[in-house]
Amino acid sequence: MSVETSKISFGKSGLFNKKIFNELGSFTGLLIIGLVFSITTDNFFTMNNLLTVALQTAYICLLAIAETYVIITSGIDLSVGSILAVSGVICGKLLLAGFGIPLSMLVAILVGGLCGAINGLAISKMGIAPFIATLGMMSIGRGVANVITDSLPISGLPEDFFFIGGGMVLESIPVPVIIMLVVAILFAFILNRTAFGKYVFALGSNEDAARLSGVNIGMTTIGVYAVSGLLSGLVGVMLAARLVSAQAQAGLGYELDAIAASIIGGVSPMGGAGTILGTIIGAFIMGVLRNGLNLLNVNAFWQQIAIGVVIIVAVYIDKLRRK
Amino acid sequence: MNELVKMEGIYKTFPGVKALTNVSFDIRSGEVHAMLGENGAGKSTLMKVLTGVYSCDSGKIHFKGQEVNIHQPKDAQKLGISIIHQEFSLFPHLSVAENIFIGREPRNQILKFVIMEKELKTKTKELLETVHLDIDPDTLVKDLSVAQQQMVEIARVLSMNSEVIVMDEPTAALTEREVKELFRVINQLKKRGVGIVYISHRLEELKHIADRVTVMRDGHYIKTVDYDESCLGDLIAAMVGRSLDDKFPVHHNVAAGKVILEVDRLVSKGVLNIQNFKLCEGEIVGIYGLVGAGRTEFARALFGADKSEIGGIKIHGEKVIIKNPRDAIRHGIGYLTEDRKRDGLALGLSVEDNIILANLMNVCKFGIVDRNKSKNLSNQYVADLKIKTPNLKQRAKFLSGGNQQKIIIAKWLCRQAKVLIFDEPTRGIDIGAKIEVYELMNKLVVAGVGVIMISSELPEILGMSDRILVMHDGRFTGEVNKKDATQEKLLHYAVQ
Repeated sequence: MSVETSKISFGKSGLFNKKIFNELGSFTGLLIIGLVFSITTDNFFTMNNLLTVALQTAYICLLAIAETYVIITSGIDLSVGSILAVSGVICGKLLLAGFGIPLSMLVAILVGGLCGAINGLAISKMGIAPFIATLGMMSIGRGVANVITDSLPISGLPEDFFFIGGGMVLESIPVPVIIMLVVAILFAFILNRTAFGKYVFALGSNEDAARLSGVNIGMTTIGVYAVSGLLSGLVGVMLAARLVSAQAQAGLGYELDAIAASIIGGVSPMGGAGTILGTIIGAFIMGVLRNGLNLLNVNAFWQQIAIGVVIIVAVYIDKLRRK
Repeated sequence: MNELVKMEGIYKTFPGVKALTNVSFDIRSGEVHAMLGENGAGKSTLMKVLTGVYSCDSGKIHFKGQEVNIHQPKDAQKLGISIIHQEFSLFPHLSVAENIFIGREPRNQILKFVIMEKELKTKTKELLETVHLDIDPDTLVKDLSVAQQQMVEIARVLSMNSEVIVMDEPTAALTEREVKELFRVINQLKKRGVGIVYISHRLEELKHIADRVTVMRDGHYIKTVDYDESCLGDLIAAMVGRSLDDKFPVHHNVAAGKVILEVDRLVSKGVLNIQNFKLCEGEIVGIYGLVGAGRTEFARALFGADKSEIGGIKIHGEKVIIKNPRDAIRHGIGYLTEDRKRDGLALGLSVEDNIILANLMNVCKFGIVDRNKSKNLSNQYVADLKIKTPNLKQRAKFLSGGNQQKIIIAKWLCRQAKVLIFDEPTRGIDIGAKIEVYELMNKLVVAGVGVIMISSELPEILGMSDRILVMHDGRFTGEVNKKDATQEKLLHYAVQ
């Protein structure tokens, strides 16, 4: 009814404003949290600390971008943390075997993509619910990483490798932050401007309608989980680089942080809606909160409680806003 | 007849919309009071005010002569005012008895938390008898047909001693026979003194039950008249605000062109057994049948949405293989599904994204969407089809049923479909939009498109089709040409 009475106009400003407004909510939240820590601590609002937050958050950001794709299709990927470990240790082994940094990284990331594609196959071709399929992969992946390494850290990696996970550009900007920004822009473009991106939204909004409109549901699903696997693989390689050591226990529990970041950032758990920008803001809300509470000497257990509260409050605010 | 409910001067505004403006309405005991109006006329809003889903901004509601305040559904329920929604509010995994008495089960006098199973069942049995439903109270609701579920809803409402029952489009999903059964129950309720508000888009039903008719338009009360068949034309005119000589636009008889689609054997065990089917350019083939006859199954099999054994499909004389909807679309077939919300539209996505969804590959370069092309195409169809939307980015769920249906049509026009299957194309959309859909179909056939129209509405089938096929039990049981077609003939084939 509102449609009939409102003025018909085909301006392009409508969506843009609304989109900004939606993002504004979580961004305002981020600013408020930042402001509080700036006032209550001496060290929060310093270049050094902010770059540390950015560095620590970059990894979760990348995983959250992966999770955003998956959750928009109304799926979920519990295996990102485990795939990350598989890619990390494979990269480590290849480096030790002398394959060189670029090739080792590439293979490791592709293995991550393959693990993701297997998730997608199980979901689309075997009809297994995403929660179950990726729960299985979460266990398989962790197991594989442990088998490969015998549960021992792989150390003695080339020193140049560190650059990917902890190096600086222009003496102060961490490489992972740059990687994160490039990936974010690329994947935001794919999500919004390509046919694949449109299919991702259509699949999440109404799978039956999408199928009957000729969307290749199987390939889209596999694609989405493969994207998730690739990004997990990338993070696995970056984490190994940062420690100059690959470990089977890397990324334990990261999937939950990544999912939380997406949800705080406004990705709909029902599928069909979400933005990369929102997700990044969501990840930073969590990152800033952890960092600030650390500076305030709040112990880790209380931090867990705070993060949990934020997730619920963020989703609740989002719900109120939609009404 | 005494007055049960009287609503006076009801106003209701939603942000930016005047939904009800000074509306009055009354219900007498023992009558069926039909409500007519296009979608968005305010019928449902008014009934939601009456049943406590919304509270009105101003206005008075009297119940049996006394002014009452109805702020929430519970208030209405206490007074004995109930509503049966289009989508039922039953629990599929609970039994019929549990559904009817949920929250009000007969309890043990001492142990209050123990439900008296036996009493529950006998009470349910009694209620089911009043609605002529002969089923075991232990049956799970999910195992019932739609019509049976509706009777359970009515039984539930009766168990609450309702004196006023609002029925919102109760026949939308029923077969002809089930509709008759429903009318029998309604007439019995009338005798018991229940007042019934009956909202329906199917005008031809009114003659069986209606005592009075109220017409609403754009949130305003237009008029109330005693029902009489001769006033039907006036009522339609009042609904749309202009007079309509005929509900169906003149169907230009396009000389049927070359055969566009030929199907040889389409079989799915126990569901479908089609030996052959032919469709020509510029032809509308109506497919009639009762619910469960296999019409939608035929459409889905042809479109590759369901697996079936296919002898052969030829398009423009060329043999094609259709294994999934993608194949069908590639060969120029489009399918407007029976249930827009379930599998027709991505409701959460924008008008534009829905329109180009089936045609993305032609709007993309190297997989990247050409935004200008996408926008121009969408704008063109929004204008051509007169889709009422504030802009292309509006999400489909905020549009009315008629406009949503037009978006789906736009999707297939955008894809340049040569064969279009319309499955119940006008279900749940208002008369104005219906006529626009019919006009569109006419335009399509003039342009050489072949149309398959599945419908349960006889007037629609008779008014629009060049040729009518009747289905029963998964088979075509009869074929009738436009000039020989009568309702009796079609029904005869449909039940044989």
